Parts: sequence; structure tokens; C-alpha cells
Amino acid sequence: MKNPMKKHTNDVILESATTFITFIIFLFAVYLFFAGHYTPGGGFIGGLVTASALVLVLLAFDIQTLRQILPVDYKLMTAIGMLIAVLTASGALLFNVPFFTHAHDYFNLPLFGKTSLHTAMLFDLGVYLVVVGVTMTIIQTIGESD
Amino acid sequence: MLETLLFIALGGVFLSMLGLFYRVIKGPSVADRVIALDSIGISLISVVGLVSIILRTSDYLEVILLIGILAFIGTVAFSKFIEKGEIIERDRNQ
Repeated sequence: MKNPMKKHTNDVILESATTFITFIIFLFAVYLFFAGHYTPGGGFIGGLVTASALVLVLLAFDIQTLRQILPVDYKLMTAIGMLIAVLTASGALLFNVPFFTHAHDYFNLPLFGKTSLHTAMLFDLGVYLVVVGVTMTIIQTIGESD
Repeated sequence: MLETLLFIALGGVFLSMLGLFYRVIKGPSVADRVIALDSIGISLISVVGLVSIILRTSDYLEVILLIGILAFIGTVAFSKFIEKGEIIERDRNQ
């Protein structure tokens, strides 16, 4: 169905810039996600930055393209994130400590050296999935309404 | 001395943001408002940079990158709206 009123433009610069800027933004989101425990960052802002990388793909291309490169049901993603967050929070009850208590320990990882691993990161993973899922659901619903 | 200069610079950025807000509210056309909003984002970046110099910390440098990304995406979205009248397309070949 051709729409004669709509302008057809060939955004070469935007499209080719998007193809690598998206990956840079996504890497920055991963960095923010893991930096979250001691410095600014965390699951929420990591999810928002990931969603903004996907929005950039939506802007330069269209909904069909995003569906093709990332065939994910965002509502399912929200539900899985919620489940991870709730299970991690209530996992503390199994060890006879209050709800939401988090445990951490130091490990010697091969590439990183001495690293402190926290269970709070698993909770943040749930928050990350919920934020990406909800944001993309809202944006895709708005985009499809016409 | 440096502290005083930094606060003077913050005041200058504040004044420029006041002018930009005037342009956002008054701006005769949509394009004026878009450019003013983009410049407000850049002023925010400079505010964060100056504050992180005053507080002598490097923790806020991620915020600079983040505001840069968000301002860029906002400007791209507004430009697409001005050009095509539609921000997110279902199928761009239609």
C-alpha cells in the first residue's frame, strides 16, 4: 500500500552510522550494568541505555527490521525479569536471613583477577530485563498505533 | 583561583541555558525548539563536567556519555519527525 503523501528518503548516513553506534551504546549499557555496585550505574540505567540503542535502530530502520534482527517477545522478557528479581530476593529466605539479604564473596576469576561477586547483581539482571521489556513494549505499541 | 573560575563558568552555562529555555518556549518554528533542546543537552554535559572538576571525582564521567547519547537520540527522533511526520515506521519500504 503506497502512501503518496509520505516522503521517501534514503538516509544513508543515519543508517550506516546506526549500524555501529548501536553496538557502542550496547557495550556502554553492559559496562553501566556491571559498574552499578560501587559507581553510578546499575540494572535500571543499563536497561534504559539498552532500550535507547534499540530505539535508535527503530528510528533509522523500522519495526520489521528490529523484529528480524531481534525476535524477542518483550512482554515475556518483562515476565522473566520479574521472576528473576522476585526469586533472587526471596532466595535469602532459604538461608534463614531476612528477605532481600544479599551475599557476596571474593573469587579469583581467570581474566579479571580478584573479583567480588554479589547476588545483588542477579536481582539487577531482573531489573534490567524488566526495564528493557517495559520500555520496548511501550515504544512498539506507540509506533504500531497508526 | 581555579574554584572561582569554575563557578564563573557555571554561571555562564546557567545564563546560556536561560537563553535556550527562552528559545524553547518562544521559538517561532519547531526546528528552533529542537536545536535549543539539543543545546540544552550539551549545556547539561558541560555542567556535569564542571561539577565533577569542582568535586574532584571521575565518577560522573559516565553521566556525560549518557546525556550525550540521549541528546543524540532525541535530536535524531525530532529530525525524523520534522522530515517524515512519523517517528517509528512499521515498514519503511511501504
